[in-house]
Amino acid sequence: MALDSKVPQGPLKDKWTDYKNHINLVNPANKRHIDVIVVGTGLAGGSASATLAELGYNVKSFAYQDSPRRAHSIAAQGGINAAKNYQGDGDSTYRLFYDTVKGGDYRSREANVYRLAEVSANIIDQCVAQGVPFARDYGGLLDNRSFGGVLVSRTFYAKGQTGQQLLLGAYSAMNRQIARGKIEMFNRHEMLDVVVVDGKARGIIARNLVTGEIERHAAHAVVIASGGYGNVYFLSTNAMGSNVTAGWKVHKKGAYFANPCYTQIHPTCIPRSGDYQSKLTLMSESLRNDGRIWVPKNLEDVTAIREGKLKPTQLSEDQRDYYLERRYPAFGNLVPRDVASRAAKERCDAGFGVNATGEAVYLDFAASFERYGSEQAKIQGITNPSAAKIKELGQEIVRAKYGNLFQMYEKIVDENPYETPMMIYPAVHYTMGGVWVDYNLMTTIPGCYAIGEANFSDHGANRLGASALMQGLADGYFVLPYTIGDYLSDDIRTGKISTDTPEFDVAEKEVSERIAFFVNNKGTHSVDYYHKKLGKIMWDKCGMSRNKEGLEEAIEEISALRKDFWENVIVPGTATEYNEQLAKAGRVADFLELGELFAKDALVREESAGGHFREEHQTEDGEAKRMKEFQFVSAWEYKGEPKDAVLHKEALVYENIEVKERSYK
Amino acid sequence: MNLTLKIWRQKDSNSKGQMVDYKVTEISEHMSFLEMMDVLNEQLVNAGEEPVAFDHDCREGICGMCSMYINGEAHGPDRGVTTCQLHMRMFKDGDTITIEPFRAAAFPVIKDLVVDRSAFDRIQHSGGYISVNTSGNTQDANSIPIAKQAADQAMDAATCIGCGACVATCKNSSAMLFVGAKVSQYALLPQGQVEAADRVKNMVAQMDLEGFGNCTNTGACEVECPKGISLDNIARMNRELMKASI
Amino acid sequence: MPGFFKSSIGRKVAMALSAFFLMFFLLQHLAINILSVFSPETFNEVSHFMGTNPVVQFALQPVLIFAVVFHFVMGFILELKNSKANGVSYAKNNGAANSTWFSRNMIYSGITILAFIVLHFIDFWFPEINTKFIQGDWSGMLDGVDGFRYHEELKHKFVNPIRVGAYVIAFVFLGLHLAHGFTSAFQSMGGTVGRKKAAQNIGKAYSIIIPAGFIFIALYHHFNH
Repeated sequence: MALDSKVPQGPLKDKWTDYKNHINLVNPANKRHIDVIVVGTGLAGGSASATLAELGYNVKSFAYQDSPRRAHSIAAQGGINAAKNYQGDGDSTYRLFYDTVKGGDYRSREANVYRLAEVSANIIDQCVAQGVPFARDYGGLLDNRSFGGVLVSRTFYAKGQTGQQLLLGAYSAMNRQIARGKIEMFNRHEMLDVVVVDGKARGIIARNLVTGEIERHAAHAVVIASGGYGNVYFLSTNAMGSNVTAGWKVHKKGAYFANPCYTQIHPTCIPRSGDYQSKLTLMSESLRNDGRIWVPKNLEDVTAIREGKLKPTQLSEDQRDYYLERRYPAFGNLVPRDVASRAAKERCDAGFGVNATGEAVYLDFAASFERYGSEQAKIQGITNPSAAKIKELGQEIVRAKYGNLFQMYEKIVDENPYETPMMIYPAVHYTMGGVWVDYNLMTTIPGCYAIGEANFSDHGANRLGASALMQGLADGYFVLPYTIGDYLSDDIRTGKISTDTPEFDVAEKEVSERIAFFVNNKGTHSVDYYHKKLGKIMWDKCGMSRNKEGLEEAIEEISALRKDFWENVIVPGTATEYNEQLAKAGRVADFLELGELFAKDALVREESAGGHFREEHQTEDGEAKRMKEFQFVSAWEYKGEPKDAVLHKEALVYENIEVKERSYK
Repeated sequence: MNLTLKIWRQKDSNSKGQMVDYKVTEISEHMSFLEMMDVLNEQLVNAGEEPVAFDHDCREGICGMCSMYINGEAHGPDRGVTTCQLHMRMFKDGDTITIEPFRAAAFPVIKDLVVDRSAFDRIQHSGGYISVNTSGNTQDANSIPIAKQAADQAMDAATCIGCGACVATCKNSSAMLFVGAKVSQYALLPQGQVEAADRVKNMVAQMDLEGFGNCTNTGACEVECPKGISLDNIARMNRELMKASI
Repeated sequence: MPGFFKSSIGRKVAMALSAFFLMFFLLQHLAINILSVFSPETFNEVSHFMGTNPVVQFALQPVLIFAVVFHFVMGFILELKNSKANGVSYAKNNGAANSTWFSRNMIYSGITILAFIVLHFIDFWFPEINTKFIQGDWSGMLDGVDGFRYHEELKHKFVNPIRVGAYVIAFVFLGLHLAHGFTSAFQSMGGTVGRKKAAQNIGKAYSIIIPAGFIFIALYHHFNH
């Protein structure tokens, strides 16, 4: 099947408007007879559920958590981008579009990104109307901050809890529809397969995680909004339950999976402390607005610090290497995430890591304390303030901006970041790759859509900070509700979809058999044992930098691990009760397949772009080297084993932006 | 360090539960409490026993999923943290730690330490929203200036993660801190004014219907709340309900 | 409005309203009684006024009795409802970590006060009712002749050290009850938003001054007999 991105004709800036003007609509009376399933209730799924229900469709929403409000979008800290230009600093739809395409290392689809930039301003209007308490200045107007990879301040935020507030906004919109009976909410349910009838997605098989019951749910369309697959690494900033299962199941039923190797390793996370570690905690990128990143210049100092003989605060300015400011003077500490992460890895690989494991760099706020403190002293009219007073005043400002993050750091690390620099290290955070979708956000299975992080479309090879929230809400509130209507307009005469069909029988049987296998297999190793092994292979060989040899090994190792898993995994308990190990076994089984496809994708992509860094392809000073011949989307078709997957290419055409070397120097 | 754990085990909502003792060894003080539980569960799985079921997800203190009552306190002895952020350095070698589910008649136990908090969702359904369509055709975000103080207070109320520690802690199993926070968030913002009266009436009615107890202002919820939601929110809700009713 | 007092918050407000009345009553009761220490004559006059004024006797007194009964009955009802909301109790509960003992045990301080009120009624109120309504003596005179009886009766009651001891204990519990109750009533009425600290401080002062005053009066009369 040839890939058709279905991007509308016409000038870039008119595409979306023209598209909306010409699509087919479903009249309100008919919407009442059309059902839509939405899997996942994060920003994308939650906003889509609410909007589709408002339009009049009957929505069934699924979440594996006990409430839609707990989806992992809630953990996004820093903010959400929007081309409002409230600061008058030269922002515009085009500039947001440009920054996003460039930030994605010219590996995203132009028309999708422009549409995203176009609707971004609406998101802020919408969220304010919903009562989202964004930060404001003393005049009562909305405040902005700046994020990596851009030269304007376009990020709206609610303390360090922007994702939480936006998700609660979407959740409240859902609540209104749940109360009206337009959304039927299935909490603690997990989608375990999609059902395709006559080539169209017509329902799902879900498992009630409390009772273990396998349920059939039919609908005229299925929307996958289940987030990213960062947990393939075991350790990531994702939630413990975040998984690829929904996306992987639709992939196995015919949806292409795009660019799995594009993974974002976030530069500012709390370093690992031991083998027992279950997850990594992010420190918002917004901290890089005010923090400076450094390691000692001299290896002797590094050794002394590791041995506890020297404190970082004792090093003078000329003994420190502010390597981001040194290498990228134009963007400094606010280079994009992929660049910042690789730079940290480069320093740590060279032996300059500042903690016991050698995998940490400093994020230092001393300069901000002084800058803000002096400013405050002037404002408050304090003449000749002492250094201590300045520091105190500065700390107050920093506390107001990032207090909760500083507190979180102190609780985890047991060090006071006001007195000593934070230690940070990159960690897996976001996956740009995902289910392939066209301009309508529809996968290669008709009637099956993928939105938010679950799809691949908008961020190319690297996502800019504060753009994930923007994309999730854009897809759910403003894009999908139009595009899905165009598709559903053909379904007004279809009538209710029955679950009593051979297709549902087969799908349910497969799901039940797999579950029966897990609980009956008397193996020797726990699910986590395999998950940790997989994670280690992924991190070592498909992590921040990759090479041919490592990737080939990874494919072999993952394949062998998967075989071992299917022979020796042990799942205690039964299938008819609350059984977290059982749920996890299914998720890890899918990660074990995805991981191999991931490595294969990374192997095939003989270039470096964004989050995908191939050691063979770098410039003399160690920057990513893109290859013209790889200016395409890799969309993989499932053919049984991951290694047999077939590659389809969607060429990426840039008509409105010049493809240049991506430089932040 | 080596620890003795007394953990509530209950097969399902219909079964009777009991406290069971477990031993864990070589626990690092840098572990989070849930990582310690992971160690226990790995130990149980390898011994062919059923692991202890507990709710958890983000493990960074924001999703509100984790919910243990540890040594007689919701989310354990530390302040301003959820269980997932509680670290083992709060305990000593040789300690005995009692771990129970969040208890309230309105939070029935699903299994072991997992409880059903859907009552919170139903309260939100009854009015925890502003009735505005998500069409995007609303007015410009900056056309309603909101005083910084009101916006900040609304944010402080909105920071609630819905974990239920307030209910679990309250001697009356009252949900007023949770409901008060939501009512306050909207009551403080101009966008929330239009429906303010109906909202508070409906949410309080649903709260009562769910079988939560009555607030007697002991203030325990505020102390145990991982997000430091203020008692002021309850007072504000009381005032809002009076305003709406009289 | 009718639904309001059926709601959980409405009941809190009702508790608070009755509490306000009772706290005001305590204040004026103490103000009058303290006169017995400084000026028996004034005390007698004010007591006679309070004891014979029709507004006080036939309007305020019934309201007071209603408030007392209501406060107790509602307190018990809420306590029962709340314990039902609790479900299974904790094997280990560290209440002291997050709240004061007296805030968690209002029911026990309340029951102690109730027991005291019974004693107090036996001591003062029943004899009053007997004198005024059964014997029909509204003169307020001691044996109908030399001067008012009120101060004399008061002093007489504090002779017995056991009774004085019971009074002192009851007032300590009253103090504990007020230590939480005062701020709690304001909180229930929604009056503490942004003023919690102030409410707490006033509450603290009130809960110390009122019982201390009554205890002082009891001890003063006991030792100056």
